[in-house]
Amino acid sequence: MSEPRVLELHGVSKRFGGLLAVNALSFDVRENEVLGLIGPNGSGKTTVINLISGALQPTDGEIYLREHMISDQPPRAIARSGVARTFQLVRLLPSLTVLENVVAGAVFGHKRLWGGSARKHALRQLERVGMRHAVDAPVASLTYIDEKRIELARALASDPVLLLLDEWLAGLNPTELQVGIELIRSLRVEGRTIVLVEHVMDAIRSLCDRCVVMNSGEKIAEGTPSTVLADKEVIRAYLGEDHA
Amino acid sequence: MSRRESAWLVAAAAAFVLLACLPLLRHGYLLSMGVSIAMYTVLATSWAMFSGPTHYISLATAAFYGIGTYVVAGGLGSLPYPVLVALAGAAGAVAALLVGVATLRLSGVYFVIFTLGLAELVRQIVTWVQNNFTGSRGMYVLTEITEPIIYWELLALAAAAYLIGWRVVRSRLGFALRIIGNDETVAAHVGIHAASCKLILFVISGIFAAMVGAVMAPRYTYIEPSTAFAAELSFQVVIMALLGGVHRLWGPLVGVIPFAILWELIAARFPTQTVLLLGIAFLLIVYLIPNGVVGRLEQIVQAARRRATRV
Repeated sequence: MSEPRVLELHGVSKRFGGLLAVNALSFDVRENEVLGLIGPNGSGKTTVINLISGALQPTDGEIYLREHMISDQPPRAIARSGVARTFQLVRLLPSLTVLENVVAGAVFGHKRLWGGSARKHALRQLERVGMRHAVDAPVASLTYIDEKRIELARALASDPVLLLLDEWLAGLNPTELQVGIELIRSLRVEGRTIVLVEHVMDAIRSLCDRCVVMNSGEKIAEGTPSTVLADKEVIRAYLGEDHA
Repeated sequence: MSRRESAWLVAAAAAFVLLACLPLLRHGYLLSMGVSIAMYTVLATSWAMFSGPTHYISLATAAFYGIGTYVVAGGLGSLPYPVLVALAGAAGAVAALLVGVATLRLSGVYFVIFTLGLAELVRQIVTWVQNNFTGSRGMYVLTEITEPIIYWELLALAAAAYLIGWRVVRSRLGFALRIIGNDETVAAHVGIHAASCKLILFVISGIFAAMVGAVMAPRYTYIEPSTAFAAELSFQVVIMALLGGVHRLWGPLVGVIPFAILWELIAARFPTQTVLLLGIAFLLIVYLIPNGVVGRLEQIVQAARRRATRV
């Protein structure tokens, strides 16, 4: 792989009191790559996303975005450097309209538009996620998948260098899931660099170039989806001793 | 600026000119009502500019107001009055900046308590300084400034508050504050420096409250810490703003007018039960019209529109 590295984690750890949630984790993400961060519940995946986005500060280790250290910076500075994310439990801004929710992503961060140009840019993102029709709708009227699409549009509105998706496909019904997978696939085709935390195996197989598998805060495997999902230790972590 | 906005601006300017004619009626009681209403309008509007979008309930109004009156009382005789009013604004800004840096990181409840304590703290400091260094507890504020002038000064401050508020609502800063009020975590993750946004608005509200105090100082002729730093003022401002509605710039005005008139009646008839009645008013507003009169009106209009489209 010759693409330049967009994200690097070097020996990143996070300790909450007596609990070591992430233990000396290292991996790279290259440009245009979709990296899946997978592992059983409680293995520290969301913590890793929070460490990259700045919601949490690592106890140890460094994180670099394009050779530039971000692990000592607050989330607003990391957002300005070009990291955008969605949240495991969708976080929309309820008193703003759908359009304003998306505009919010394009004003203060990596992209700094205002007025008509911000509006036009946000409309393009809504179009992109198939929500153009809901521009003026109140957020309270949206279905769950539509809320997720709006949150994705907000993240895309900043034109991020790196997109973090924290279980973006979780909680969707089978039909919605197909729509969701297609949407993320289209981002991949566009050449976006993405780190996604996911439990849906179909999505992991069809979307990810590479996977990092975590268990109890440590990396236990790394490689293409088919290799890591066949890995004995990975199967043991997911299904228990008997299946390995 | 759109045509509709220009129309609003012209209408607002005309209203201000009309209101400025009130002293020409030479009706003492009406003018004193006008002074109260103008004063509370500036205080409640500037308070709501900060507290409306951020949901931080500030009870620091009395502290900034008192600082303003004391700047005038202390500087009278050595500096011209207009300079003192400007100086009061600067003192309010510095005080708000210091308090803001120290407390805006605190979450809701702690912030409320701190700002409530602030007025008391400043009052105690002023009392202590006067007891130990100046010999007398109170100060005379003797000027040539008459009631109509005070009224016009307050109107000018109100105009300034509306102009600034209108600019802020349309700016990135105003948009950032709405996002912060919705979800501060999201605000940080889209690149907003939440602490400095809140600080700017808190300083603006501090400047206005201190300048109102400075403008009102000549009306007292004699000030004491207990009158200048009356905690009751902070609560009145909060109640009026909430009664009107804080999510629109003109919302507080809708609360100020009826409340100021009502308060005048209460203070005249039940002078010893004012605090009790203030408390009851607070409860009624929070329970019955949590979004204020303006919010309630907007709900009614929306419901009517929905019914109209359904038919």
